[in-house]
Amino acid sequence: MLRRRLNRLLGGDERRVDSRTIYVGHRSSSTSEVFIPPKFCDNRIVSSKYTVWNFLPKNLFEQFRRIANFYFLIIFLVQVIVDTPTSPVTSGLPLFFVITVTAIKQGYEDWLRHKADNEVNKYLVTVLEQGRKIRKESEKIKVGDVVEVEEDETFPCDLILLQSSRDDDTCFVTTASLDGESNHKTHYTVPDMEKDLESLNATIECEQPQPDLYKFVGRMHIYKNEQETAVRSLGPENLLLKGATLKNTQKICGVAVYTGMETKMALNYQGKSQKRSAVEKSINAFLLVYLCILVSKALVCTTLKYVWQSKPGQDEPWYNEKTQKEKDTNLYLKMFTDFLSFMVLFNFIIPVSMYVTVEMQKFLGSFFITWDKDFFDPEIKEGALVNTSDLNEELGQVEYVFTDKTGTLTQNNMEFIECCIDGFQYKYRDANSELDGFCVTDGPVNKVQQKAGREREELFLRALCLCHTVQVKESTQQSQGDGLIDQVDGFGVDGEVPHPPQEQRGFIASSPDEVALVKGAMRYGFTFLGLESKTMKILTRNNDVEMYELLHVLNFDPVRRRMSVIVRSKSGDTLLFCKGADSSIFPRVRQEEVERIRMNVERNATEGYRTLCVAYKYLSAEEYAQADAGLREARLALQDREEKLITVYNQVETGMSLIGATAVEDRLQEEAAETMEALQGAGIKVWVLTGDKMETAKSTCYACRLFQRNTELLELTVRTLEDGGKKREKRLKDLLHEYHKKAVQDAPPVKAGVTRTWSSATQDYGFIIDGATLSMVLNSSSESNSSCNKNLFLEICQNCASVLCCRMAPLQKAQIVKMVKNSKGSPITLSIGDGANDVSMILEAHVGIGIKGKEGRQAVRNSDYAIPKLKHLKKLLLAHGHLYYVRIAHLVQYFFYKNLCFILPQFLYQFFCGYSQQPLYDAAYLTMYNICFTSMPILAYSLLEQHICMEVLLDNSTLYREIAKNAMLRWGPFLYWTLLGVFHGLLFFFGVRYLFSNPALQDNGQVFGNWSYGTIVFTVLVFTVTLKLALDTRHWTWINHFVIWGSLAFYMFFSFFWGGIIWPFLKQQRLYFVFANMLSSVSAWLVIILLILLSLLPEILLVVFRKPRGPHTRQKKPVQSSVGGNQSPRSSARPLLMRTFSDESNTVI
Amino acid sequence: MLANAANNETCSTNIGNSSSRLCNQKMVKEEQELANRPDNTAFTQQRLPAWQPMLSAGIVIPGFVLIGLAFIGIGVALFVTSRSIQVLELDYTGLEQNSPCFKCTYPNVSNCVCDLDFSIDSLFKGTVFFYYGLSNYFQNFRKYGVSKDDVQLSGDLTNFKSPSDTCSPYVYDRNNQPIVPCGSIANSMFNDTFQLFQKINGTKTLVPFDGKGIAWWTDYNIKYRNPSVTPLKNAFNSTVKPIFWSKPAYELDTSDPANNGFINQNFLVWMRRAALPNFRKLYGRIDEGVYAQGLPAGSYSLAITYNYPVLSFGGRKKVVFSNVSWMGGKNEFLGIAYLVIGSLCVLMSIVMLIVYAKFKFPEED
Repeated sequence: MLRRRLNRLLGGDERRVDSRTIYVGHRSSSTSEVFIPPKFCDNRIVSSKYTVWNFLPKNLFEQFRRIANFYFLIIFLVQVIVDTPTSPVTSGLPLFFVITVTAIKQGYEDWLRHKADNEVNKYLVTVLEQGRKIRKESEKIKVGDVVEVEEDETFPCDLILLQSSRDDDTCFVTTASLDGESNHKTHYTVPDMEKDLESLNATIECEQPQPDLYKFVGRMHIYKNEQETAVRSLGPENLLLKGATLKNTQKICGVAVYTGMETKMALNYQGKSQKRSAVEKSINAFLLVYLCILVSKALVCTTLKYVWQSKPGQDEPWYNEKTQKEKDTNLYLKMFTDFLSFMVLFNFIIPVSMYVTVEMQKFLGSFFITWDKDFFDPEIKEGALVNTSDLNEELGQVEYVFTDKTGTLTQNNMEFIECCIDGFQYKYRDANSELDGFCVTDGPVNKVQQKAGREREELFLRALCLCHTVQVKESTQQSQGDGLIDQVDGFGVDGEVPHPPQEQRGFIASSPDEVALVKGAMRYGFTFLGLESKTMKILTRNNDVEMYELLHVLNFDPVRRRMSVIVRSKSGDTLLFCKGADSSIFPRVRQEEVERIRMNVERNATEGYRTLCVAYKYLSAEEYAQADAGLREARLALQDREEKLITVYNQVETGMSLIGATAVEDRLQEEAAETMEALQGAGIKVWVLTGDKMETAKSTCYACRLFQRNTELLELTVRTLEDGGKKREKRLKDLLHEYHKKAVQDAPPVKAGVTRTWSSATQDYGFIIDGATLSMVLNSSSESNSSCNKNLFLEICQNCASVLCCRMAPLQKAQIVKMVKNSKGSPITLSIGDGANDVSMILEAHVGIGIKGKEGRQAVRNSDYAIPKLKHLKKLLLAHGHLYYVRIAHLVQYFFYKNLCFILPQFLYQFFCGYSQQPLYDAAYLTMYNICFTSMPILAYSLLEQHICMEVLLDNSTLYREIAKNAMLRWGPFLYWTLLGVFHGLLFFFGVRYLFSNPALQDNGQVFGNWSYGTIVFTVLVFTVTLKLALDTRHWTWINHFVIWGSLAFYMFFSFFWGGIIWPFLKQQRLYFVFANMLSSVSAWLVIILLILLSLLPEILLVVFRKPRGPHTRQKKPVQSSVGGNQSPRSSARPLLMRTFSDESNTVI
Repeated sequence: MLANAANNETCSTNIGNSSSRLCNQKMVKEEQELANRPDNTAFTQQRLPAWQPMLSAGIVIPGFVLIGLAFIGIGVALFVTSRSIQVLELDYTGLEQNSPCFKCTYPNVSNCVCDLDFSIDSLFKGTVFFYYGLSNYFQNFRKYGVSKDDVQLSGDLTNFKSPSDTCSPYVYDRNNQPIVPCGSIANSMFNDTFQLFQKINGTKTLVPFDGKGIAWWTDYNIKYRNPSVTPLKNAFNSTVKPIFWSKPAYELDTSDPANNGFINQNFLVWMRRAALPNFRKLYGRIDEGVYAQGLPAGSYSLAITYNYPVLSFGGRKKVVFSNVSWMGGKNEFLGIAYLVIGSLCVLMSIVMLIVYAKFKFPEED
């Protein structure tokens, strides 16, 4: 953007504004022209924030932008400049400490980022220059460089593929780290490329960098000799993206078109901005309130001071003569300095120490996440990782979870589960699988023991072996050959052949399901050996190699939702094998066969498996000739090729006979369904955002129980938009309104806090939208339309139990998150993902969780928290998050409270000391109060408190709702704490004030002075505040005991010590023996006890009287846990089948 | 690996059973294999043994009753004690025309002595403490409060020569001589003196005030020191007395060197700043001779040397006779507060008992 604008400003020619011209290998197009290499950015990736030079000013600036730090700076400066009751050291020292520690921490973090950047930037790549191969650091790649990449390397920048080591001018890449699709994608070299890159003289004209991963438009001009210029068009199939990995291709050469921060990956990567938790926002709001209290206190005091002084004799009594300087100063200046003095006197109401304590609590508290052994995963031998400790409490506030599918919900590891041939069920399972025993008792669907005819079986397996587009990877072919001999007789016996794992790398396909099916067939003895010059070889159970001539492949497409192959066997039969989704197969087969298989398919679908039906038909010679002609004609058609092809496909794929169905499981992550259930029980809405296909994603949602059997799906995808036959925009609007009516208007108003049980009778809605439709919703042609659509969409989504967004580009994921984040009530969002394609949404959400998965570490690096498995999310949110929130909320409220009742007596004292800013407490007490006397108990509380123990929190996910919407930091609780602080402050001050109506408090008739007054108030204060915390503590570990009683003991000890010695560095020995003298007075003791008890009395009463409401939650617990107890064994059983059926039986009864 | 997983599963489901111990042992073994695994200590796993107190009615109600009764007990004791303390307050500001000290309030009157006559109806039991009181007098002004030099007052001669700046505006006098003791507090020392006479049959018998032990022991013995120069007067060479003072510090009590200079007990009492603008300070005790058992009933006359000006700032002066008890001087507040809180506690426990009986807090069992 900036570049464009700059170009425009500099008067760059129009052509360059919209496109860039790249000279391949930096060779100019013609010798006559002077070659001016255009300037593009280099290939450096920069994610760090500071450099050595700008660290200090930039960091200081950022730190003082924080309202609190700025405030403390101001207070410090005031203390330095103006004659104030307390010395500048009292506020300067803590501030300096805080700033330094924060700077060190942020500097260290940035250093880590520098290191990570360097790792990427200094990576050595091979660049072809003047015919030589030169190893270069990745950051030195310039646009126009010809780069060579070898197998399993990632592309260092966006490249146009010029040359591949494969014969067919293709290469395979996986973009797992970009969009999460781990299958191999085929990319093509520029057509008719010369073999010799050295002599290639070409320019590429392409669009300016843009973030859409699937869009690329360009043109390549190849100058063969002086006159002849060939033009090739370039599309996304020619573009290799930075971050993708080269697979199954030895090496490729490509020319760099986008580099560094202009690559599509970098453009999809959003800058990591500082995330602030909602609690911090609450703190800032409270801070403002307290700031207002502070300013108004200072104003009141200043005003009253001058009102009071205007009475004769009060201003300057003879015993308190003013200095000459004071007399000379201007009245208004005096007023102003008085105001500042009051500010300084009362500034302790907003203590620096709160920030220190909050930071410490967050920092230390986050260790409990890393330490938690439940987060330890024995497979990867790692536990959880905390990248930001600022967001601990946000984990307890999550309202929306956005999860990636591939690698997060699922393991992205397809496995053939079972098949059914002619309605007979075949299972392939480990012998010790718990399912087997269950199935026997499980009613009529189970026909494991019975078998279909052998002929049918073999036909089915041949179909599986032939109907696909899988390629065999050459290098591992040998080992496969070894492997299959063992399992020749595997078929028919219920899965007992252990499957040698080394074969798993043998097949490459555009979709992992196909591999799973081919492997499934292999288990039953039919092995696909490969495709050689249009001949497919399969190895049968009898160790015969059968050859089939591949005549046609009728490709898969999402609208037809099926694919077919036409093959000719040795015997000369022409066969068509077709596999596809049940809905697209069933209408095309003989109906009498359907019923037997439908039952199996439906059952498999509800279990969350991906089902495919397999059908075949024999083609007579005439039929084939007709089909062949039709296909050839359609392929060559120049206009409407797609439609024509589909028409022919549809003609061919009719009248088939159904053989069977397969069920493939995209294995869910461990306990994925339980985790999702717990999250939903906690009132969290789960949205699945995936780049994957809709069908796949949908079945995963079913498997995770995000969609349930009774969930009504509201679909808003390209398919539904095209159904109606109307204009897309119109149709979109209609659908949105229809769904809105269904889900929002007709839905019964949901009462807050009402538990939605998973068997609830009300209709649940699930919403499905895909990327294309989403962009239509968000970027509608007219503005008003767009916002209207967007609102409708949001409202629908928010009323749905779960939402599935498929075919999402990384930035679209972030868009969705952003949209929800900024919606009404600004809910707290959490994104969880494992791949680089999730990075943008991880960064966008309030809390980003990375899964330490297989797809690289980008997600982990950009996340706030990283966990090894999805199942850990449950404990992270329900237990850790809940506790952290309660802890920090209490910490914040308590801190404000304790400082309010600390400073209020000091404020009240001004009314009794002629508004002279006389501190009530000694300077030592003023500084030590927050640092020593009262800081440790609350810190220990905020680290250790478990008001409800972790097991209960995990068992009752509904408890999470109790703290939803920042429940403990809203204005209600804040008001309560503030009033409590005011009450205590008033009590402390006036209690002692009435005692001091006769200051002769000792039995020897001696009187107490002002420091005794302050010390009594302070003692009451320290004890009350600490005991108040003790009352709130529900979980007394030895640390709590130690710290609470230790603090009180320390206070006593310190007071004796402080008052027991004449301190040479003090100008005034104000507190000398004041504390000891106080303790020698019975009255002082009695008043201290009285005031402490009186302050805590309402607290105790509240605790007791809250009881009748207390058991409400308490009583629920055993009931709930017993329900959970019934459910949990059921839900923890791995196969979802059991649950499905037991649910059914529940509903029947 | 599979077996491990199975172990973990049983572990997680069997928590709380006896088998959990078995599981733990297995897990310990596992840990040794996995160096990376987090420590399985109670602290890191947030499983420290903890006491979880429940403030249930069963504890709170008896607790409240006990506390309430104890408070009522203390309250009664305090109240009775406070009632038994006798106090006699006499204002002698002299603002009113009929006041005996009215004559002393004229300007330009010096060395004015006024006699305050009063009578006591019944015996003032025990040692009687004699206080003087000032009202609307702000000893707790911030600038007033810092205006002293503790180093000087601890007898350090260097600070005799150059007192601390904190003493301003009373550091040096007009001739730039250092003021000792410097500062506003010392400067404004209360300088009315009192002599009490008992009038028996027209003759006045002096009732002696004991000026010892009226200041804090630590102030007298440690915090305030005279310079170790004999005679004391020499230490004050080339210094001047505070401007308001009529005599220098070393002549505060010429009769008793242990009560002279900075350790003059009246001086010490004054230097301990009062907390509130209406205060009283101890002047002396009546505990000698016939008066050791108290002041007998009768008529008395208090001869006041009226020096201290209070009218300019609307202040008042008074004297107070009081005996003290274990709780100090008379203070009804404490007793009443205890009684009120105590009965509140008892009342609350009754209310709670009723609520408890009616609703039978279900969680009790």
